[in-house]
Amino acid sequence: MSTSTDIGTDHGTDGATRADVCAAAIADAFKDDGEIFASPMGTLPMLGVRLARLTSNPDLVISDGESLFLAGTPPLFAKADVVEGWIPFRKVFDVVAYGKRHVMMGATQVDRHGNQNISAIGDFDRPKRQLLGSRGAPGNTVNNRTSYWVPKHSPRVFVERVDVVSGVGPALARQAGPAAARFNDIHRIVTNLAVLDVGGEDDTVRLLSVHPGVSVEEVREATGFELAVAGDVPETRLPTTEELVLIREVLDPRALRHREVPVS
Amino acid sequence: MTQAPRDKRMSIEEVVAELKDGMTIGIGGWGPRRKPMALVRAILRSDLTDLTIVSWGGADVGLLLRAGKVRKLVYAFVSLDSVPLEPNFQRARQDGTIPEVVELDEGMFQTGLRAAAQRLPFLPMRAGLGSDVLVHNPAIRTVTSPYDDGEELVAVPALPLDVALVHLNRADRHGNATYLGPDPYFDDLFCMAADRAYVSVEQVVDTAGLTVDTPVQRLLLSRMMVSGVVETPHGAHFTTCTPDYERDERFQKAYAAAAGGSEEDWAAFEERFLSGDEAAYQAAVRTFTEEQA
Repeated sequence: MSTSTDIGTDHGTDGATRADVCAAAIADAFKDDGEIFASPMGTLPMLGVRLARLTSNPDLVISDGESLFLAGTPPLFAKADVVEGWIPFRKVFDVVAYGKRHVMMGATQVDRHGNQNISAIGDFDRPKRQLLGSRGAPGNTVNNRTSYWVPKHSPRVFVERVDVVSGVGPALARQAGPAAARFNDIHRIVTNLAVLDVGGEDDTVRLLSVHPGVSVEEVREATGFELAVAGDVPETRLPTTEELVLIREVLDPRALRHREVPVS
Repeated sequence: MTQAPRDKRMSIEEVVAELKDGMTIGIGGWGPRRKPMALVRAILRSDLTDLTIVSWGGADVGLLLRAGKVRKLVYAFVSLDSVPLEPNFQRARQDGTIPEVVELDEGMFQTGLRAAAQRLPFLPMRAGLGSDVLVHNPAIRTVTSPYDDGEELVAVPALPLDVALVHLNRADRHGNATYLGPDPYFDDLFCMAADRAYVSVEQVVDTAGLTVDTPVQRLLLSRMMVSGVVETPHGAHFTTCTPDYERDERFQKAYAAAAGGSEEDWAAFEERFLSGDEAAYQAAVRTFTEEQA
């Protein structure tokens, strides 16, 4: 784990870490969402969502990850805050169907068509590795905006075809009919290397930006399928000074983000 | 002539005596939260077999799988939260020892229970469309809206239960029960989807005591949904039962290590914690806690 001396000394206001860049990229994924329930799964998604709420989108509705809507924007995993609502699991399902929600889930596999797998690796009937199960991914992806967070971009994650379709990408949703495609909205895939979406030809995964210090070639090599790349790929923006202060001093003073994306 | 409704208090063993081989049993709570673990442990000790288990799963599922009690598992996930992957569930799936599995989206699961609770054959839903939930469960059909939109939706089949087992904080002797933690989960739905429901609680109190210091909205179960009440203090251990106690993370870690370890590791865990009755279990946990302190 990073020690507190990492913060502000190893990298001052100008020296954003890769995790800081990821946090700002995740925040950007939520900036145009308006007043909806932002549901982040994992440390960096939670950090990015809270960063968005303190900067680009103060209307975001956030929870403690259990059953309470929080009126304030507390640091990661802080317990006490003013409560503005109640969101037990049964109401989460209501909001999924209502649609005013943007979930950022993890993904053990993502394929060229933006399908996601968190169920099992290998043959479903006799998996090589049993994972969580599909959880809410099938429902999320046909009801509300869904993004993915991949802390370790590699050909093991980005595969030609997922072993199990938990989260439904746009092509499969279209095949399944208008009821599936109507609210299918795979928005962003943020990784430790890049920002992607599913805007490539035939709704395939496309490279939107590479993080500072990462080349397009590196991302291609870390992706197990032919990645859509349109023209010159820009760099993911650096966090602003304000954002860096919020990340380091307010939201994540314990530097939990560097456990997910280590300081290189 | 008696004026009071029935007294439904039972022992753990009396509840398990009501269960039969091959039954479909729904287990309340959520993952590693407020699970009727004392009742699950009693099933482990029984001769019951060939059960169909319906659960948003945690260690309840893992333990029943490891004990070879399950013929069919209906789940959306099995997780211990702080230990994301349930080792006994992983082992059973990877070794191919569960004869039949039905993996659903976690919202479909609620819809299936709701259909059963409303005595409907199915309820329509978007979840599942386009995903492998429909590929791996070919018995699940779609239904076309009879209205002008003509949308083709998933006809989530009802998940009727023979028996529901749930754990709450307080109940009266008649089966009215309150949850005092942050989330009711779906325990009322489990009870209504079942022919018979048994609720274990931290404490049985007088009916008036249920609302003396607690808002009436926390009365989740009505006695008309409940067949039996069991007082089992720490009966949800090692899952959460907020505010009575939180998850026993140390114990959960020990459970996960044993479950994911060698056959000898598991045998030692079983011998130490699961070879006696509930009182023996709670005594063994107290010793474990003292050792860890």
